[in-house]
Amino acid sequence: MTLKLETPIYGLLAEFDGEHELMHAAEQVRDAGYRKIDAYTPVPVHGLSEALGLPRSRVPLIVLCGGLIGGTTGLLLQYWTMAKAYPLNVAGRPLAAWPSFIPPAFEMTILFASFGAVFGWILLNSLPQPYHPVFNVKRFERATTDGWFLSIEASDPKFEYGETRQFLASLGAKEVSDVEH
Amino acid sequence: MADITRTREEGGFILEPSPTRPGPPAKIPLLHPAHNYETVTRKITSLVFNRTPSGWYIGMAILGLGMMLFTASVGYLFARGVGIWGINIPVAWGFDIINFVWWIGIGHAGTLISAILLLLHQEWRTSINRIAESMTLFAVACAGMYPILHLGRPWLAYWLLPYPSPTNLWPQFRSPLVWDVFAVSTYATVSLLFWYTGLVPDLATMRDRTKNRFLRVVYGMGSLGWRGSARHWNNYQMAYLLLAGLSTPLVVSVHSVVSFDFAVSILPGWHSTIFPPYFVAGAIFAGFAMVLTIVIPLRAFYRLHDLITMRHIDNMAKVTLVTGLVVAYGYLSEIFFAYYSGEYFEKFFITNRITGAYAWSFWALILCNVIAPQFLWSKRVRHNLPAVFLLMMFVNIGMWLERFVIIVGSLHRGHLPSSWAQYAGTFWDWSLFLGTMALFLFLFFLFIRALPAIAIFETRELIHPDQSQTETPA
Repeated sequence: MTLKLETPIYGLLAEFDGEHELMHAAEQVRDAGYRKIDAYTPVPVHGLSEALGLPRSRVPLIVLCGGLIGGTTGLLLQYWTMAKAYPLNVAGRPLAAWPSFIPPAFEMTILFASFGAVFGWILLNSLPQPYHPVFNVKRFERATTDGWFLSIEASDPKFEYGETRQFLASLGAKEVSDVEH
Repeated sequence: MADITRTREEGGFILEPSPTRPGPPAKIPLLHPAHNYETVTRKITSLVFNRTPSGWYIGMAILGLGMMLFTASVGYLFARGVGIWGINIPVAWGFDIINFVWWIGIGHAGTLISAILLLLHQEWRTSINRIAESMTLFAVACAGMYPILHLGRPWLAYWLLPYPSPTNLWPQFRSPLVWDVFAVSTYATVSLLFWYTGLVPDLATMRDRTKNRFLRVVYGMGSLGWRGSARHWNNYQMAYLLLAGLSTPLVVSVHSVVSFDFAVSILPGWHSTIFPPYFVAGAIFAGFAMVLTIVIPLRAFYRLHDLITMRHIDNMAKVTLVTGLVVAYGYLSEIFFAYYSGEYFEKFFITNRITGAYAWSFWALILCNVIAPQFLWSKRVRHNLPAVFLLMMFVNIGMWLERFVIIVGSLHRGHLPSSWAQYAGTFWDWSLFLGTMALFLFLFFLFIRALPAIAIFETRELIHPDQSQTETPA
């Protein structure tokens, strides 16, 4: 069985000299109307996601939900076990001892919020993903040391092989490579 | 470009300030100015990719013996029970709880460096945060074992967790000892998550740089397929910042909860409101001392002078001094409140601490934790590595003594004179303590050879973008 692919290649990958060149190119590519674009950098670059027109990260929302779930679970678990399931009378002290319930509930809040943060960033990034077409470009191994890359996918409606290649080269790319699927 | 990996004798460049230079010295840069992305990456990955140094094998051989001692101590404990230790009634908490608090306190500097200093934009944390976070993980691993080994029936440790059991019993949440279970297990989990999150982009670097196919697969799995894409960084940075924000109150809460184990009881010497802040400061004090204890030999052995500069050492020594002063304030306030309370037993207890059977431990504690750190006021001392190392050993011992003074010093003279007793650790107490130290260093040795010991991508961020490109194309 042969895999049916909509496009002959995944897209084009352009390498730039540095942060400023990449940032400038990203803005140009976005303004030219390309949407299926991404940049690859060895360090997080401030403002690059805005330059690419990426939406704000949704991680904070997941963290908030995690924290609320953790805190509520912690308080309810303690209330139910101490006051309902196993009411133990210790010298007549209140069974629902809310001040005592704060430390475990606090720890549960932090624990669940942290799970939210970590699984949030991993899953929102569609990781783990051992294979990705950009890894086919030999030069791409520099992306985790000192390479600055910009990719345009062939499935982008505006993608026109010759024209897009020309456009990327005109933005000052050091090298433009075809990315195999 | 000068070869920054060589020492001064070999014609290289190291960033030791010249003692003869007049006037106030310029601020030492956090990174050697000749570094670019490639050299930083090569230098840090070379710690793993270079041939294993023979010193590492020698160290591992010694630590292997220590691990055998550890295994024997735990094995004999499981066979015979806690009677092999020196604990008795009334001193039911001995080395086990002293060492538990000592180890967990050491862990706190790791979280402080990785989280609080990140939020405060202290860039000098970068070269040491991975080492400090790893130290946290290994210290918490050592700490977490002690309460379980102390249980008497350690195979029933899961009884500490709330789960629906056929006996219909639940843990008593009104007890600080149950809070401790939640605090320590959350702390261990969140430290691990934070540490791993920081590692992912660096594991991708390791994957892309290794020549070995097998290692590429191993690091590739660890890196989860990280590509450094703008989308990745977008979510990653937000998550990293939020984790730092979550870890900051966590680290404060964990040692506060540990101090509640003592402060919520009514024993003189334990029942004190100063305990939470004074325990947290003590934890950071102990932790920074341990970071320096590890960093100074590591920096010399791997010649990391261009990445871990004297400014790092200087800053850490200053934090140690400040937290040491907070701890000294804690000791003073304990004495003052015992006097000011007018309570007969409180006054007896503090007199007994200063002049009683264990007075030697109190005065040794004052020497180690109050007098020794004062030398750090001097810049010359802070820039003298053997002196800093020696002072940090004082602090390591002092913080152990502090827990000895608090635990044994308070328990052996309770309210009821008929149950007064003396306490001393036995051979098995000491062997287990030495064993956990060996375990701690053993894990550290493995970490240094397997994972990047310094955060690579964060170190790259210290380089000015104009310098980012390598001049010679790969």
